[in-house]
Amino acid sequence: MAEIWQGITAAFWLIVTFDADLYEIAARSLLVTCSAVALAALVGLPLGAWLAVSRYRFRRLVIALLNALMGLPPVVVGLVVYLLLSRSGPFGVMGLLFTPWAMIIAQVVILTPLIASIAHQSIRDLWAEYHDLLISLNTTRPQRIKTLLWDSRRALLTAALAGFGRGIGEVGAIMIVGGNIDHVTRVMTTAIALETSKGDFALAIGLGFVLIGLAVAVNLALHMLSGTEVRDRW
Amino acid sequence: MVSILPLSLQSATVDKNGKRLLGPVDLELGNAGLTIVLGPNGAGKSTLLRLLHGLEKPSEGRLRYAAPRPVAYAQQAFVFQTPVMLRRTVLGNLTYPLTAHGTQRTEAQKQALTWLNMIGLAGHESQRASQLSGGERQKLALARALIRAPQLLFLDEPCANLDGASTRDIERLILKARDDGTRILMATHDLGQARRLASDVLFLNKGQIIESGPATAFFETPQTPEAQAFLKGDLVL
Repeated sequence: MAEIWQGITAAFWLIVTFDADLYEIAARSLLVTCSAVALAALVGLPLGAWLAVSRYRFRRLVIALLNALMGLPPVVVGLVVYLLLSRSGPFGVMGLLFTPWAMIIAQVVILTPLIASIAHQSIRDLWAEYHDLLISLNTTRPQRIKTLLWDSRRALLTAALAGFGRGIGEVGAIMIVGGNIDHVTRVMTTAIALETSKGDFALAIGLGFVLIGLAVAVNLALHMLSGTEVRDRW
Repeated sequence: MVSILPLSLQSATVDKNGKRLLGPVDLELGNAGLTIVLGPNGAGKSTLLRLLHGLEKPSEGRLRYAAPRPVAYAQQAFVFQTPVMLRRTVLGNLTYPLTAHGTQRTEAQKQALTWLNMIGLAGHESQRASQLSGGERQKLALARALIRAPQLLFLDEPCANLDGASTRDIERLILKARDDGTRILMATHDLGQARRLASDVLFLNKGQIIESGPATAFFETPQTPEAQAFLKGDLVL
């Protein structure tokens, strides 16, 4: 219990004293996760919509596979991305390993199936509602996908926030491909892991509180900006 | 503009899950008028409309328009019994068919505002369409169908569950569309409405067109026992 109290105190002082290291790793955490969420959403949202409006052979299998990929073990993803980006790997020449780019790539791999799957589920319900109307209005498939994405944008925000939640708290993959290098690839989660291994529980738990606060703040900010939960939209 | 009419069905059937819902049906739909599709529940009225509009594919037989299919599909519209509203504002629902087919947003909004005045929803443009009453939604759905001036309009019981005032407003819009040259095919249960609007009638029972012809002849001298029973208000089995 003493550690938790010390952690809260540590978090408070780290924030109010504008601790440079804290702000640096918090900014890097946000940069890596927000970039990964944006890229994963860019792929996952249209993919979810396309899966909802398309009828093809093995459709159920593809959707089941996508849902299964939501549970991809981050450590395995990290290992595969590590092998692909390592000097002897096919993309080794790009020199991305142990950079924030490698961390973003690993997170995109983890987040894309999650965002696509949640998007698919909400867009599938809207498609059931819009199906006859959009066909009747003689729209093309890209127009249908665009309409479904726009009209389910609030549900898709939830998909993106779920991706953000998973990404900001992820440690396994980014530890492997980023290496937790101070001032280069250290982020909140890897810093917490490091402080815990050093036995500095107060600082670790302090960083943990800052991480939780960061996640809550981003969620609140996005909800406020997008106008969800406004009374006339219940 | 290329005319998509006449439209014809040749020995068309619609089967689902091994059950025949419609047909075989032969039908030719001419260039003008308002055809009312009558019949008891499950007669195949909605299936016929959906087949003609391309929402159902014929299991057998053929559907033929006077124009190529892409042109034909672009020149028709459908109003459903339960209006489907896009999760947008009233104005957004009305501009959608125009902007989806290349009309500039400002021009689309101008046309939509004219239609909102016409259907008595001026001032509601920023309101979410889902907040409208049943009658207002159906008027909006009808305006959305008519805003691109289709040659052919399908109406699937558009006044079901509406009160008298809303029904009157919808019927005015339908008659205006007919007078403006839109060919209309409308399914209804309401015999009074059929008498008010029809230029000719298709009477369906058990998936078959069992009587068709001018409205006055159908209502005054129905030829089949089923049509006679239906007009008398008896059960048609």
